[in-house]
Amino acid sequence: MRHELFRELQELRRRREPVALVTDLRDGAQALFVPGKGGLPGTLALSDEQSAAIAGMLHQSVSGPLDEILFVRSYAAPWTLLVVGAVHIAQFLAPMARLAGFDVTLIDPRRAFAAEHRFPGLDLIVGWPDEVMEQTAPPTRQTAVVTLAHDPKIDDPALFAALRSPAFYVGALGSARSHAKRVERLTAAGFGPADIARIAAPIGLDLGGRAPAEIAVSVLAEVVGARYGRQRVPR
Amino acid sequence: MSNEHILPFSLVEGNDDDAVLDQAALWLGEGRKVALATVVRTWGSGPRPAGSHLVVESGGDFMGSVSGGCIEAAVITEAKEVIAEGKPRTLDFGVSDAEAWDVGLACGGAIRIYVEPLI
Repeated sequence: MRHELFRELQELRRRREPVALVTDLRDGAQALFVPGKGGLPGTLALSDEQSAAIAGMLHQSVSGPLDEILFVRSYAAPWTLLVVGAVHIAQFLAPMARLAGFDVTLIDPRRAFAAEHRFPGLDLIVGWPDEVMEQTAPPTRQTAVVTLAHDPKIDDPALFAALRSPAFYVGALGSARSHAKRVERLTAAGFGPADIARIAAPIGLDLGGRAPAEIAVSVLAEVVGARYGRQRVPR
Repeated sequence: MSNEHILPFSLVEGNDDDAVLDQAALWLGEGRKVALATVVRTWGSGPRPAGSHLVVESGGDFMGSVSGGCIEAAVITEAKEVIAEGKPRTLDFGVSDAEAWDVGLACGGAIRIYVEPLI
C-alpha cells in the first residue's frame, strides 16, 4: 500500500467514515471505497457493479474476496456504547467495551463522577443524558445505550432518549422491583409496551456474579450478543 | 483505576484495527519499514476471519494476529522479505501443505494471507 493511500485510510477511519480498501491480488493495485463518493485516491478502477457489491459488503461489515481477483477489506463505522452514569461498574465496563472494539462515551451530569482520573483516556461528557443524546451523541442503529446511574433523575431521561432512537440495545441496571417502578414511570410518560420491551432489565446475562467487573462482563456479553442479533433470554 | 499499567497502551486506546493500523502509522512516522499482512480468504475452520491484520516492522516487531498464533512466525519471516523486496506476495497455509504442518496450522483449516509493504 502506498503511504498516501494509507494516510487517507487512517484519516477516513479517524473521522468515523465507513471505508473499504480494495486490492487486486494479482498486481497489488488498490483503491479506497467510500459509499456515495467517487474519485478517491488509488490505482484501481471499479465498475458500478463492483462498487455496489463492495457497498453491500461494507454495510454488513464483511471482508473477503469480491471475485477471484479483488479482495475487499471493510472498515465499517465503529459500534458505539453510551454509558449513562459514570459509576463504579462503568469503570470496568468502559475499558472492557473499548477492548471489545466499541467506541465508548460516558455521560453523567455529576462532575465528580465523570472525572478524568476515574476514566483515563476515555470520552467523558458532563451533562444531562437526554440533552447529550439529542445534541452531541445521538444514538444510531450501531449504538448501545446502558443506564447504570441507579438514579431515575439521570437514568430515566436517558431511557426516554434511547427509546426514541434506533439504538440496537437499551439496557437498564436495577432489580426487577426497581424496573417495575421504572415501567410505571415510562408508561406515565407515554411509552407503550413495545417501547418498554426494548429495555433489557435487569441488565445483562445472568452469570451470577455481583462484583462490578462481573456485572460489566454480563452487560458487555449481552451487548455483544445483541450486536449479532441474539435474542435476550427472559429471566 | 488506571488501566495503562495492566494493558498494552494501544489496546486501551482503541479497538484491534485501531491498534494495528495506528502501530503501523507510528512505525512509519519513526522512519521504520513496515509490512501489512491480511487474511484474504479462509477455508474450513480458519482461526481468524478474512480481514484480520498483522503488522510487521523490519526488525521483526509485530502487532495483531492472522492466525491466533500458529503461523505468525512464518508470516513475520515472509513479511521481512516483503519489506526488503518492496513487492507484495500471497501466502497459502493449509493441511495439504507440508510446510503448514511444520508451522502448525493444526485447526484443519486453510488460510490465504496477502503481505504488502507500506511504501
